[in-house]
Amino acid sequence: MGETRRFAEVGVGDALPALPIELTTSLIVAGAVASQDYTPVHHDKKAAQAAGMQDVFMNILTTNGLVSRFVTDWAGPDARVTHLSVKLGTPNLPGDTMTLTGSVREKDDAAEAVVVDVTVKNAWGNHVTGSVKVILAAGD
Amino acid sequence: MAISGKEREAFEKKLEAYVGLDIGVEDHSRNPINAAMIRQWCEAMGDENPIYLDSEVASGSAHGGIVAPPAMLQAWILGGVAMAAGEDDPADKQRELHRLFDAHGFTGVVATNTEQEYLRYLQPGDTVRARTVIESISEQKATGLGIGYFINTRSVFKDQNDDEVGSLTFRVLKFEGAEVPAEASGDSGEGSPAGPPQRIKPALAHDNAWWWDVIETGELPIQRCAECGVLRHPPRPMCGECQSTDWDFIRSTGEGEVVSFVVIHYPEVPGYTYPLVVAVVELSEGERFVGNVVDVDPGDVSIGMAVQASIELVDDELKLPVFRPVSV
Repeated sequence: MGETRRFAEVGVGDALPALPIELTTSLIVAGAVASQDYTPVHHDKKAAQAAGMQDVFMNILTTNGLVSRFVTDWAGPDARVTHLSVKLGTPNLPGDTMTLTGSVREKDDAAEAVVVDVTVKNAWGNHVTGSVKVILAAGD
Repeated sequence: MAISGKEREAFEKKLEAYVGLDIGVEDHSRNPINAAMIRQWCEAMGDENPIYLDSEVASGSAHGGIVAPPAMLQAWILGGVAMAAGEDDPADKQRELHRLFDAHGFTGVVATNTEQEYLRYLQPGDTVRARTVIESISEQKATGLGIGYFINTRSVFKDQNDDEVGSLTFRVLKFEGAEVPAEASGDSGEGSPAGPPQRIKPALAHDNAWWWDVIETGELPIQRCAECGVLRHPPRPMCGECQSTDWDFIRSTGEGEVVSFVVIHYPEVPGYTYPLVVAVVELSEGERFVGNVVDVDPGDVSIGMAVQASIELVDDELKLPVFRPVSV
């Protein structure tokens, strides 16, 4: 967990540190259970295969949780996320790696918030693309 | 085939009746916001933000105390283990709408977008409930997955004081000719990848299969006219100079220089790394060859750059010559 990032010290175009995450069955199942999403395709390989997938795949809440964490890891404990928006793409399957990258698209001076564009890639392309709006700590 | 004419008109009339409808089911948190579920979430996500678990740090932060991760919003109201049974609440208008689509051949379902707004972070002890409205249904669209309709729903979350704490919009595509059955009401529309992405395989035939056989041995062959000695690539049956169909081949040293190149950024095809440098390389023997230049910043590639070929596996099965800059 980094230090709290101040609104004044952040500029448009600033890149967030890339975050690669190894995709394991444990992560996918733990994310599904932690989000109370027991839809079988997220924990039961046979159900996933019956649905045309090769294995269990990550649920949307886990993806959102990881995207949100990626931004707050950078923004620090005082930051507050207000919007999270994603377009869904290729599935996250065990054995692959998802890599989150992002950069500051705009600064909202009135709200002391920034909008971070986020791209999450896996071997198949874009897992999700989207943006997170986060209110940063006021400058000291 | 998609329904058409009067049948489609009647179907779309039925759809219209659902637009603006509250789905009739209120979801609520079965437990108040609590540390146990927060901890489980943070551990799964690898989220070490102290505002979720460390009351001392949280109290000193802008949040004033422990808060729940914002992306957990929907987790508080999901059904848990009961979801595995997949039983529908008969009162749920959203399910009813999906069944109407199913009955007209639009059996596929895939989520395409979600958007969440958090008006405040939830705190331990809070309770939430959500009501969902079918906001809109698109016109019929031709999509990569097939013909279908996009359905937008919006769920508004309120706390124990009836104050709104956040909202969730969800966009799904109901489409025809689904290869992915409804249970996969899943998270991506890209079908069913089996294993890591593989390159497009060459079409092998009488006139070129020999070339790929030599590549398999780790060497880079160049076809040569047995009559006049002119080199040619890609492999073909007749010499363009003397029209002889007699040929043999030489083994290239793989040394060459970049004659021209492009850097591909988009679209990204699975199995390749982007930005992708595709170059025309003139081999020292004189023949030109198209291949990727790898292990180099695309900005550093230049015309005239000296490169060396190496025959390598580019996926699980396919061997190809790839080029690397020769360090000087």
